[in-house]
Amino acid sequence: MEQAPPDPERQLQPAPLEPLGRSDAGLGVAVDEEAEGAREEGSGGDTMTHNNFWLKKIEISVSEAEKRTGRNAMNMQETYTAYLIETRSVEHTDGQSVLTDSLWRRYSEFELLRNYLLVYYPHIVVPPLPEKRAEFVWHKLSADNMDPDFVERRRIGLENFLLRIASHPILCRDKIFYLFLTQEGNWKETVNETGFQLKADSRLKALNATFRVKNPDKRFTDLKHYSDELQSVISHLLRVRARVADRLYGVYKVHGNYGRVFSEWSAIEKEMGDGLQSAGHHMDVYASSIDDILEDEEHYADQLKEYLFYAEALRAVCRKHELMQYDLEIAAQDLASKKQQCEELATGTVRTFSLKGMTTKLFGQETPEQREARIKVLEEQINEGEQQLKSKNLEGREFVKNAWADIERFKEQKNRDLKEALISYAVMQISMCKKGIQVWTNAKECFSKM
Amino acid sequence: MRGRPLLPSSLSSSAEDSGPFLHLAGVRNSQARASSPPRARWGCARPGPALVPAVPRLRSGRGAGAGPAGEAREAREPMGTLGGAGLAAAAAGRARTLGMEGERRASQARSSGLPAGGADGESPGGGTTFPGSSGSSALLQAEVLDLDEDEDDLEVFSKDASLMDMNSFSPMMPTSPLSMINQIKFEDEPDLKDLFITVDEPESHVTTIETFITYRIITKTSRGEFDSSEFEVRRRYQDFLWLKGKLEEAHPTLIIPPLPEKFMVKGMVERFNDDFIETRRKALHKFLNRIADHPTLTFNEDFKIFLTAQAWELSSHKKQGPGLLSRMGQTVRAVASSMRGVKNRPEEFMEMNNFIELFSQKINLIDKISQRIYKEEREYFDELKEYGPIHILWSASEEDLVDILKDVASCIDRCCKATEKRMSGLAEALLPVVHEYVLYSEMLMGVMRRRDQIQAELDSKVEALTYKKADADLLPEEIGKLEDKVECANNALKADWERWKQNMQNDIKLAFTDMAEENIHYYEQCLATWESFLTSQTNLHLEEASEDKP
Repeated sequence: MEQAPPDPERQLQPAPLEPLGRSDAGLGVAVDEEAEGAREEGSGGDTMTHNNFWLKKIEISVSEAEKRTGRNAMNMQETYTAYLIETRSVEHTDGQSVLTDSLWRRYSEFELLRNYLLVYYPHIVVPPLPEKRAEFVWHKLSADNMDPDFVERRRIGLENFLLRIASHPILCRDKIFYLFLTQEGNWKETVNETGFQLKADSRLKALNATFRVKNPDKRFTDLKHYSDELQSVISHLLRVRARVADRLYGVYKVHGNYGRVFSEWSAIEKEMGDGLQSAGHHMDVYASSIDDILEDEEHYADQLKEYLFYAEALRAVCRKHELMQYDLEIAAQDLASKKQQCEELATGTVRTFSLKGMTTKLFGQETPEQREARIKVLEEQINEGEQQLKSKNLEGREFVKNAWADIERFKEQKNRDLKEALISYAVMQISMCKKGIQVWTNAKECFSKM
Repeated sequence: MRGRPLLPSSLSSSAEDSGPFLHLAGVRNSQARASSPPRARWGCARPGPALVPAVPRLRSGRGAGAGPAGEAREAREPMGTLGGAGLAAAAAGRARTLGMEGERRASQARSSGLPAGGADGESPGGGTTFPGSSGSSALLQAEVLDLDEDEDDLEVFSKDASLMDMNSFSPMMPTSPLSMINQIKFEDEPDLKDLFITVDEPESHVTTIETFITYRIITKTSRGEFDSSEFEVRRRYQDFLWLKGKLEEAHPTLIIPPLPEKFMVKGMVERFNDDFIETRRKALHKFLNRIADHPTLTFNEDFKIFLTAQAWELSSHKKQGPGLLSRMGQTVRAVASSMRGVKNRPEEFMEMNNFIELFSQKINLIDKISQRIYKEEREYFDELKEYGPIHILWSASEEDLVDILKDVASCIDRCCKATEKRMSGLAEALLPVVHEYVLYSEMLMGVMRRRDQIQAELDSKVEALTYKKADADLLPEEIGKLEDKVECANNALKADWERWKQNMQNDIKLAFTDMAEENIHYYEQCLATWESFLTSQTNLHLEEASEDKP
C-alpha cells in the first residue's frame, strides 16, 4: 500500500462517521469456507477509500487452518493451529482480485492484536474473538480444540473478526492492524514495542473506579446493565439451545435403528419385504440428515455467541468511562482540597483537621516565609491541577462523545445482525421441515406398499 | 362348550368323492372355496377314520336351511380340539390326561350323537356313512352316552338343538345360497359384524383384602344365541386371564389374542397409575374385539359367558373346570413332551417356527426402538418448552428487536405444540400395536409348543408301539386317533396362521403408515409456522424500505 498508514499512537481522534453502506457489508456470519469465499468489505472499503488508507477495496479471508507443532515460550513441544490470512485488492473496474498478502497466524496472535486495540481504542466497542475453548457443547459436539469442526468454526469466526475490524471506520486505519495482515515476521515484536501493555489500565484500578465513582454518565450505567442482561440472556439461550439440539439429535438417530431392523425383518417377509426394506432406507436417510442440520445450527449459535462476547466489549468501554470519570473526580477532589489548604494557610484558619496543622500546633508555628513558600507551592499545584482538570474534563467529554457514537453504531449493527441471525434460524428450520416432509412422505409410500 | 366339528375332507380340495355327503359337501365345498382359503382348508387334510361326520356341524344348531351357513361358521372353527366324533370317543378315556381338550371332544362326541336324531335330512345317518369312520363312530355312540360331565355344555347344546326353528335364527343365518356365500365372507366385511364390544369406565374397588380395578364391558349383538341384544358387565383383569386360559385350553393351536401384561415392566410401584390403566383398558378392548373377530373364537362359550354373565354367574361358572392341579400337571407334561414333538416337526412348521423366532426378535427390537423414540421426543419437548420463553425474556431488554423476538418465541411454542401432538399420535397409533405384536409373538411360541406337544403324544405312542412297550392292542387305534388329532391341530394352526399373518401385515402396515403420517403432519405444521414468520418479516422489511424512500 502506497500511503503511509497513520500513527497508531494517535488516540481519540474523532473519526468522521461514515455510513456503513450495505447492511450485508461482509459482516454476515456463516462465511463460505471456500478459500475464495472472502467477502468484500463493502462499506469498510468505501470508508477507507475515502480516507485514503487503502486505495482499493480489500478482501480479507481466513482461508485455511493447519495443525502445526512448535516450541512454546517454555521450550516445550506443543501443537497448535495456524490460520492462513489472505488479503486481496480488488480493482474497481473489473472486479478482479489480486492476492497481495498471505501469511499464517495463530490464535494467540489474534489475541495480541485485540488486546492492543483495546488499549489504544478504549472508546471503541472492539469486535470480540471467537471463543478460545468450545463452550455450550452438547454431547455430540467435541470440546476438543483440535476437533476439525471446532477448528472450522473458529476459522470462520476469525475471518469475521478481521472483517469487522476492516469495516470499522476507525479501527481499519490502525497501523498494527495493517501490519497484522501484511507483516509476517516480527509483527509480535512490533506490537510489543508500542508498549501498549504498559499503557493498559490495571484491572484493580478499574475495579476500584467502578465501585467508587460517584457521577458516571447515566447512559453508561444503563449500558452496563444492558450488557449484563445481554450476556445473561444469550448464555441462557445458548445453553438451552444446546440441550434442545442434543435431544433433537437423539430423536433422529434412534430412527436409524429402524433401518437396520426393518432390513433384517424384510428377509423373512415375502409380501412386506420390499416395503420394509425401502422404508428402512428412508429411516437411515432421516437419521443421518440431522448431522448437517445441527452443523448449520452451530453457525447460528456462533452468531449469537459473537454478541455474547460483544457484551464484554461494551462493558470494557463502560469501565474506561468509569475510570476516566473517577480519575476526574479524584483530580477535582484533590484540587478542591489543595485549594482549601491554600485558603487555610492564607487566612490562617484551620477549618479542617490536618496533620500539618497538628504538628504546627505542637511544634510551633512556621515562619511566614515558610508559609509563603508553601502557599506558592500549593498555588502552583493548584494551577497545574486546574489545567489537568480542564484537560481531563475535555478528555472525558471527548471520550463520552466518541464512545457514544461508536455505541450507537454498534447498536445499529447489532440490531441488523441479530435480525438477520433470527431470520436465518427460521430459514434453517424451514429447510429442516422440508427435508422431514420429504423423507416421511417417501417412507409412508413404502409403508403403504407393504 | 360349543362343538368344534371338523370339516370333512370333502371340504378340502382333495376329496370330492365323499359319497352320500356329496350334495351337502359339494354345496359347502363350493361355498367354502368361495371364502378365503384358510377357512376352506381348515380341517383334516386327509380323509380317514378320524373324520367327523357332517352332522356335528349341523349339531351346533343352525338348523336345516341355515345348515350350510352354520357349517361355514363351524368350518371356520379350528381343528385344534378334534371335534371328530371318533377321535373324541377314543380320546374320552384320556380326557383327563389331556386336559380340557378331552372334555371338549367328549362334549362334541355327545353333540355328534344328537343330530342324528335332530336334524332332518341334512345329516344322513350320523357319521356312519362317512368314509372310514364307521367303526369309530359306533364306538363313539356307545361311549357318548356314558359321559355326563359338563352339564353346561349339555345345556348349551340342547339349547342349540332347540334353535331348529327358523324363526329364532339370527339374521345372520340367511338361507339362500347367495347369502350363504356372503355369510362365509362375513368376517371380512365389517358391515356384517354382529358383535360389538367396548371396554371402558375403569373403576377402583377397595376391599379389606385387596384393591382392584374393574372395567365396564358393553356388548351389543344381533346374534340369536345371545339372550338379549345388549349386555353390560363389569370385569377385572383376573377375569380376562381366566377367559384367555379357557380359550387356550379349548383351542391349543389357535392363535389367541394376547392380553396386556399383568404388571408394568419398569417396576412401577403404583399399579393404578392413570396412564397404566388407560393403556390396559385399550389393550383389553382390543383383546375382546380380536376374539369377536376371530371366526372360531367368537363362538366360544366361555367368551359368551364372559360377556354376558353377572358377576355371581361368572364366579360359579369359573369354579367348574379342571382344578389347578390338573392344569399344573398338564403344563409339566406339556413341557416334557413338547421336546419330543420338536424332533418330528413337519417342514412347514419348522419354517413357521423360524419365522416366529425371527419375528419375535424383530418385533421386540421395534418395540424397544419405538419406546425409545417416544422417550427422546418427550425429552425434546421438555427442553423445547423452555426455549421459546427465553426469547421473550430477551425482548425485554431490546427495544428494536422486541417484535421479531416475540415472533420467534411464538413460532417455537407452536412447534412445541406440534411436537406434543406428534408424541401422542405415536403413543396412540404405533406403540400399542407394536407392543401387542410383541405379546403375540410370545403367544405364537406357546402355540407352537402346544402343537409340538400334541405331536409328541403321537410320537410317544408310536414309539411305544414300535418297541412293543405297552398294550399293543389298543395302540394302533389310539395312534390313529392321535394322528387325526395331530392332523387337525396342524390344520387349525396353519389356517389360523395365515389369518394371523394377514392381520399382522395389515396392522403393522397401518401402524407405520400412521406414524409416517404423524411425522408428515408435524413437519408441515412447523413449516407453515416458520414460513409465515418469514413472510411477515419480509413484508416488514419491504414496508421499512418503502418508508425510508424519500
